[in-house]
Amino acid sequence: MAQPTTLQPPAASNTLDVPRTGNWDGGNEPFKASYGKLMMWFFLLSDAFTFAAFLTTYGMIRHKHEVFTGEAEDFVFSTRWWPIPDHVFNAFPGMGEANVPLGFVALMTMILILSSVTMVLAVEAGHRMDKKDVQKWLLWTILFGATFLASQAWEWSHFIHGHTEGTLMADGTVFHGANLAMNQYGPVLFADLFFFITGFHGTHVLSGVCLLVWCFIATTNGTFEKRGHYEMIEKIGLYWHFVDLVWVFVFTFFYLV
Amino acid sequence: MSANATTEPTLAPGEIAKPNTGWIWKIFGVLVGITAVEFVFVFLMHPSTLRNSIFIVLTIMKAFFIVAEFMHLKHETKGLIWTILVPVSLLVWLLVALITEGSFVGEVMQNMFK
Repeated sequence: MAQPTTLQPPAASNTLDVPRTGNWDGGNEPFKASYGKLMMWFFLLSDAFTFAAFLTTYGMIRHKHEVFTGEAEDFVFSTRWWPIPDHVFNAFPGMGEANVPLGFVALMTMILILSSVTMVLAVEAGHRMDKKDVQKWLLWTILFGATFLASQAWEWSHFIHGHTEGTLMADGTVFHGANLAMNQYGPVLFADLFFFITGFHGTHVLSGVCLLVWCFIATTNGTFEKRGHYEMIEKIGLYWHFVDLVWVFVFTFFYLV
Repeated sequence: MSANATTEPTLAPGEIAKPNTGWIWKIFGVLVGITAVEFVFVFLMHPSTLRNSIFIVLTIMKAFFIVAEFMHLKHETKGLIWTILVPVSLLVWLLVALITEGSFVGEVMQNMFK
């Protein structure tokens, strides 16, 4: 079996237009996936490292702090111990001071999972070359993505402005809400990690929505139809599912544990 | 799930195949179900290492369904699957190591002036 290699240029009888087919000539495709899809996977792998670094930092810093050991009803915010999440995230838009522990974040989780579903539906429609369906499901995904971003904006704003009771500081004043240097919920790093982790995730969602809008425009213009395949939707879809996947972990480690 | 593959017979030119979306909604149901179970544990169980372990197991289950089915990794070649899974699994080591380190640092600092 004479396999042409890169060391031996193709014989003159082979025209230069013929693609090389040898194992070490680019003729082999061990992963059976296109270049673009593979590169998206490797980008997501590197992105997973970044998010893992954030969540590992969260775990390390949280374990460095004291744990509140009393009954959940007796819990008060203090810089001494790490706050219990359902005491921090217990507000719902339009319900004022009502105590809805983790209610809003449950809704946000549902919205993001739904957006993932509509994204798969768009990819599925792309496989069938069904332009109308691709447009429809892309629009739904953009809508859910934008709704998630708006929810996160509300969540941030509530976190920054704080609960009405506030926290009594050492100098006798009451502090409400949070910034990077001080917060009413617990140790300084609690709010910092909240801003960095959910902020970095939100930035990813924002980038995803921009990419989806671009995909929608390209679909509408018939770019993918002319190209003969909707692989771009699959690649952006991989990114979008990854963002959903990261939220699954942020949700567990920031809100549940 | 072989349902992912488009297996419809020959189509007339310009005709569009029927959508095959049952499996997508099934996975959606699974993901919603697992999230609901997580909330049951939030409200019915006091915080403990056991409860945290349950959350982590359920999270990994959700991650499996998203990556395997939605991101289609289960249907890629073995080489690609391992290429993604091996580096990610090393991160678990980092997480465990640094959390242990954090507990130790916290303990040292609390006992420093005793």
